Amino acid sequence: MSSQGVDLKKRRMLITATAGIGAVGAGFALVPFISYWQPSARAKALGAPEEADIGKIEPGALLRVKWRGKVCWVVRRTEETLKNLKENTSHLVDPDSEVPQQPEYCKNWHRSIKPEYLIAVGICTHLGCSPTYRPDIAPADLGPEWQGGFFCPCHGSKFDLAARVFKGVPAPTNLVIPPHKYLSDTRVLIGADDGGAA
Amino acid sequence: MSLMTWIDERFPATKVWNEHLAQYYAPKNFNFWYFFGSLAMLVLVNQIVTGIWLAMSYKPDATLAFASVEYIMRDVNWGWLIRYLHSTGASAFFIVIYLHMFRGLMYGSYRKPRELLWIIGMIIYVAMMATAFFGYLLPWGQMSYWGAQVIVNLFSAIPVIGDDLSVWIRGDYVISDATLNRFFAFHFLLPFILAALVFIHIVALHKVGSNNPDGIEIKKGPKGNRWSDTAPADGIPFHPYYSVKDIAGVVGFLIIFLGIVFFLPDMGGYFLEAPNFEPANPLKTPEHIAPVWYFTPFYAMLRAVPSFAGTQVWGVLVMGASIVVLFFLPWLDRSPVKSIRYKGPISKAMIVMFVVVFVILGYLGMQPSTPGRTLLAQVCTILYFLFFLGMPIYSKIDKTKPVPERVTK
Amino acid sequence: MKKLIAILSLALLPLVGFANEGHHLESANVDLTDHAAMQRGAKYFVNYCQGCHSLKYVRYELFENFGLTKEQILNNLMFSEGKIGDLITTSMPEGASADWFGKTPPDLTLEARLKHGHADWIYTYLKSFYVDESRPFGVNNVVFPNVGMPHVLMELQGVQEAVIEKDEHGNEHVKELKLVKPGRLSPEEYDQLARDLTTFLTYVAEPMKQERQHLGIWVMLFLLVFFVVSVMLKKEYWKDVH
Repeated sequence: MSSQGVDLKKRRMLITATAGIGAVGAGFALVPFISYWQPSARAKALGAPEEADIGKIEPGALLRVKWRGKVCWVVRRTEETLKNLKENTSHLVDPDSEVPQQPEYCKNWHRSIKPEYLIAVGICTHLGCSPTYRPDIAPADLGPEWQGGFFCPCHGSKFDLAARVFKGVPAPTNLVIPPHKYLSDTRVLIGADDGGAA
Repeated sequence: MSLMTWIDERFPATKVWNEHLAQYYAPKNFNFWYFFGSLAMLVLVNQIVTGIWLAMSYKPDATLAFASVEYIMRDVNWGWLIRYLHSTGASAFFIVIYLHMFRGLMYGSYRKPRELLWIIGMIIYVAMMATAFFGYLLPWGQMSYWGAQVIVNLFSAIPVIGDDLSVWIRGDYVISDATLNRFFAFHFLLPFILAALVFIHIVALHKVGSNNPDGIEIKKGPKGNRWSDTAPADGIPFHPYYSVKDIAGVVGFLIIFLGIVFFLPDMGGYFLEAPNFEPANPLKTPEHIAPVWYFTPFYAMLRAVPSFAGTQVWGVLVMGASIVVLFFLPWLDRSPVKSIRYKGPISKAMIVMFVVVFVILGYLGMQPSTPGRTLLAQVCTILYFLFFLGMPIYSKIDKTKPVPERVTK
Repeated sequence: MKKLIAILSLALLPLVGFANEGHHLESANVDLTDHAAMQRGAKYFVNYCQGCHSLKYVRYELFENFGLTKEQILNNLMFSEGKIGDLITTSMPEGASADWFGKTPPDLTLEARLKHGHADWIYTYLKSFYVDESRPFGVNNVVFPNVGMPHVLMELQGVQEAVIEKDEHGNEHVKELKLVKPGRLSPEEYDQLARDLTTFLTYVAEPMKQERQHLGIWVMLFLLVFFVVSVMLKKEYWKDVH
């Protein structure tokens, strides 16, 4: 192609300008299409913080609450369990909850606001199955060391009654503690704390 | 070895680029009317992309469809924009295609050797109408419902099998969930067939080369231009000349299109009709129903024909014929020249009349019928067909001006 | 070519002016920036309309967009226990309402987009009830003849009677409405109430309208710049073509 009398510099500049503006426009145009996949107002409304009445849980029993479509456990722990949680930590990966799997106010040995109640998201940190609640001591299938906890049937991950993961199982971290707060002695709001909704 | 060489040894990338863009020589005298081909492709892409996104939140279920559209409009992030892009895009598609077809009509782009190109284009147009018809039911508003009801009932006008056929199309005795579900399936499928047809349309175009406002075959003219010694003297490479021109055209189009999307998405009830904001109610027909504007010229012709001999099939036949006759255009035009520029006064008058008649029919199709309007629609229907069926005669006897050797500015 | 367009536009001229004539509607003068009007409208809606009509595609949290706080909505505008993200439903069971009114009172989310004349229709409708003993609820409406709804705002507006006139064919028409018994509000105050409700319903029919127009301006400005540059690019290249 002949390029006599062609101002190549001007052409290059105009091509760059057009391509640049076009790319910016395409970038903006992508925003709605990407944002469209985010949870909708309905999903957010359905995933709003959930209130639970925990006053009727027997010591040692577990209550299931649904928050954002996920199962949340509320366990009322016995004195014996708490003593065990505090002292028996050698088999745990992260006994002091260094990994931020919980709000700041639950970074303690019992991983909760009140030692008596554990509130945790019941989804295994390995591949997302929901572990089974196994409060029985030393059952045949889990061995004589078992002091009660959660056992994931999918891949055999084990957690204690503070939802802390055992060493040597597939799950890498402790179970997630959701943000929550006590509205009264017996009512708890899961999914929001004084810092706002999750 | 460069990456391009590596690819070219396995896939003819450079060859295709050159044959269809960089060394594809198009007449240099394209005017405003030649924007609409590339714009039609742009709108098709818009419809497919926004349509797929809408389908991610839409529910093709009679009890959920209407609410799912409002869900998209209100609850889904940016759902309103994606939906308005799609609904405005539907009308924009027809505007662009009508102008694209009118261009062909003016400049004789359907004449030999472009008959097949025209016919493929007509198939695209029919497929597009089907897509629009299926899509219009999906919001499940009152107009969606009753519009589909009326159009499907056209099939029951067919003698003997009509009633069974319309039941079969609906999958029920009225428009229902079954109908909605199958219309959704077709509405999702057809755009991909459209895209394939567009590909074939372009393959055919590049075989015969583009026509131009003068209706001159540049391939038959002298050879040699600034880019090539063997290319037509009146041709310029599509890329970069028409690619940069089409970019400007696209941006200009987007100003109008997005102007409507952001400032007037219902277009005063023409693009989004007011009764469609009420959910479909099989027990109550809206006071006045009409198809969307792009179907109204044909709907007016349908209504203009009275039923006689105990059947209303005649109106359906006339409406069908009004589209079928377009397929035969390449053989109806007997003028020695292609472009309207060199045709005589009769042809010019006829094409003006055709546009006026088409617009009047479009207007009448939106209005409730009265005896006066029906009469006007009948006259217009006759004139519509006169334009086509009279063409073999008037195009032949009409005076023509001499066609220049080379394209003009 | 230009001649052709000129001829076409001349030929099509007679089509303009076939505008659609409808009822005589009063202008609602809806101002979607008037948050106070929308707040009052929301209050009137939950007090006077929600007993029968839902806004079932709207979430209460939408009210935050026109300046109400979460606490105000939860405490003053929601009558039952619920969450801010709940849809605005009606407490009336569907079957019962159909028995009482002959049909289920419609959802009003899209009312402002459904009618021709949109907001003006709602505004005029709210002002056009008059006494008609032949109707089940003792009232009729000028813009919605034989409406199946009682005049729930009558104690506010007062009682209107129709002045009937006959046309040359002997058909009766409502010429005007006359306030025969004042209500708790003055006519001006009632107009304001009707306008507030209309503003509210217009807003909920398309809550994204202002966002859409605001964004549209930026999109237009961007495209204009893009257009200028792309035309310059085209012109630069087309210098080659003679």
